[in-house]
Amino acid sequence: MTAEAPLMEAPLVEARGLHTWFELRQWGFLRVGAVRAVDDVSFTLARGEAVAFVGESGCGKSSLVRTLLGLHRPTAGEVRCEGRDLASLGGAELKAWRARVGYVQQDPFGALPPFLDVRRILAEPLKVHGVGDRAERERRIRAALEEVRLTPVEEFLGKFPHMLSGGQQQRVVIARALILEPALVIADEPVSMLDASVRVEILELLRGIQRQRGLTLAFVTHDLATVRHYAERILVLYAGKVVESAPVEALLDAPEHPYTRALLGVLSDPDAANATRQREVPPGEPPSLITPPSGCRFHPRCARAIAGRCEVEAPPEIATAPARRVACWLFDEPAPPAP
Amino acid sequence: MIAWRSGRWRELARYPSAIAGVAIILVLVGVALAAPLAVPYGEALERWRGGERWQYHPVNAAPVWVDRLRGGRAPTTRVIASRDVEAEVHPFPGGRRLTLPLTFDYAFDDFPSELNLFLTAEGHARPPFVRLLWQTPDGREIPLGGHRLGERERISISQDRALAQRLGGLAPHIGLFAAEKAEGEAGAPSLQTGRYGLVLEAVLFDAEAPLEAELVVYGRVHGIAGTDHQRRALSLALLWGTPVALAFGLIAAVGTTLTTLVIAAVGVWYRGWVDAVIQRLTEVNMILPVLPILVMVGTLYSTSIWLMLGVVVLLGIFSAGIKTYRAMLLPIREAPYIEAARAYGASNLRIVMRYMLPRILPVLVPSFVTLIPTFVFLEASLAVLGLGDPELPTWGKVLNDAQSQSALYNGYVYWVVSPALLLMLTGLGFAMLGFALDRVFNPRLRSL
Repeated sequence: MTAEAPLMEAPLVEARGLHTWFELRQWGFLRVGAVRAVDDVSFTLARGEAVAFVGESGCGKSSLVRTLLGLHRPTAGEVRCEGRDLASLGGAELKAWRARVGYVQQDPFGALPPFLDVRRILAEPLKVHGVGDRAERERRIRAALEEVRLTPVEEFLGKFPHMLSGGQQQRVVIARALILEPALVIADEPVSMLDASVRVEILELLRGIQRQRGLTLAFVTHDLATVRHYAERILVLYAGKVVESAPVEALLDAPEHPYTRALLGVLSDPDAANATRQREVPPGEPPSLITPPSGCRFHPRCARAIAGRCEVEAPPEIATAPARRVACWLFDEPAPPAP
Repeated sequence: MIAWRSGRWRELARYPSAIAGVAIILVLVGVALAAPLAVPYGEALERWRGGERWQYHPVNAAPVWVDRLRGGRAPTTRVIASRDVEAEVHPFPGGRRLTLPLTFDYAFDDFPSELNLFLTAEGHARPPFVRLLWQTPDGREIPLGGHRLGERERISISQDRALAQRLGGLAPHIGLFAAEKAEGEAGAPSLQTGRYGLVLEAVLFDAEAPLEAELVVYGRVHGIAGTDHQRRALSLALLWGTPVALAFGLIAAVGTTLTTLVIAAVGVWYRGWVDAVIQRLTEVNMILPVLPILVMVGTLYSTSIWLMLGVVVLLGIFSAGIKTYRAMLLPIREAPYIEAARAYGASNLRIVMRYMLPRILPVLVPSFVTLIPTFVFLEASLAVLGLGDPELPTWGKVLNDAQSQSALYNGYVYWVVSPALLLMLTGLGFAMLGFALDRVFNPRLRSL
């Protein structure tokens, strides 16, 4: 096939102008509006990189994840998987793609069927994709449990989800996400429902496996504090849009978008010298996704909004450095102001 | 679903009602399995159709054990056959004379219910002639007249009006067994026990051809379940009613439960207009009255039990169960593990069958068990209304016969009580098991 070579060149996943709107209907048919959970989002996920999607609750992170997984059909735009539009994939192709994507959910207990034991839970994806015979499946199940360090394996194979701790449950979820040897693992707030004591372990585990296998990791979090060590790139989402994307060090050390700066400002700062520094805590609430503000969606809460511009026109994504983009009118100048 | 198997059963055994229910069900199942072994299906239908095969059975006789338990000695049916007695033979030119003394001891508390003589005279050139003489224990001899015999003859002594008049207006089966009264003595006839005899003096115009005689002294009690107005043993209907009732209940319950479950799951899974159509159909179907529709089908079309079963299942497809199952399936549909299964590529069918249905088994199993007797009752109700299967012997049919013969008014309590008791027992067994299952499967229902 001649198309093969360029396909291999294509990024693993590419979102182009992605919109995921949920229509609001009255009486089942009258359209009365839409929740614009994902509104014109574009990004790429390269092979082997770890990317964090950061934002407040209700900013459309989970909808974005589900759209990437093909669980929601995008209202507009497309998700390109190795160069091909996800929506155009037929049944068998879609199934094959699903084997290449692992999914780690937020609530580990809910993510595991309570009536199956660990062995059966892990066997399910293998059975669905007809992988191996019984012995081969058993071998892979054991290998997966070892990889997520649920050892001794025998102790866990026969256990039901409710017999495991939250951290162990999440390890089983991760093992299930890995068992089909995916190229991409998507994790939706993988640690937000876990005890603080095991969060780091789980994140370390995910990051370790990602590095070892060279797979792509896309994880969603609302916790900027943990991102530094577990991702190479950050996308900051606000009200369904990407407001800033940058390599993790650059973004955390020098946030550009006022919203990112505010987010970082909210974080507790261990540096005593900064204790009295004026923080840019954004007043107000995250906007409604049904009737988002005009222009830049952040402008009602933005301390540095440019009157007559920000509330009128949505800012484009402006490249401020290589691999760095920010959607803010403040940077629409030849020489951006020092942050 | 797999892991609680042994544990749940052990837990179930802690409920005495569950054990009692299981015991009742096991007995019923045992009877149901024994029925076709004891009397094959075709033969059961054939026998229940009635006719000559029942001619040695009394009409409307109560069960023996009821009388015996009350310390009574009501008469059972006796058959005195000529082949068991010594016949005196006096040959004469062109034939022979035969004297057959059909004697028997009568030692019961009550008069017999009927008296018949069956005669078989096959292969005779000319019809034989027979004269009957009744001998009582106190030595009286009462001539019962003479008869010219066909090949098969039934002489209904009880129906002999002339004889009844000679006996002082008493029915022959009473008058012949009554003690002689003093002149002018009034009151009810009193029973005489002892050795009775019916002597047949036959003139046969053949040297060889046989004459068989059977005197049947019908009792007032019969078998373990008694008999009905057509002399049929109720035990046959009660026995065969068990597999019919259980099969009807089970098939109807399985049919309606499975179809409602699958339809509810389909509606919940696909949502949108599929769900809307299913819900509207259910709502319309829920207000359709089942019994009148069945009565209509039965009256206008056919009362075959299998047709009724089909209609019941058909009407049960879009029944209220859909609403219940939908309410249970909706939250399951939104469970994260369903989303996870979709994400790793599980098919819709697999998700519904493997992830959604197991979750509602806890509610499904008990309600299924308690559903079985409702269909058993439905079948019985139809039969009582006269819409029972015309061929099958069922409990409902027995009740229907009892009702049409005014059984309770006539004092044939056993006729109503035995099928009713079996129906109640069935209901009780399944209900007790169902309630216990409900407690085991739904811990919230456990009493505090």
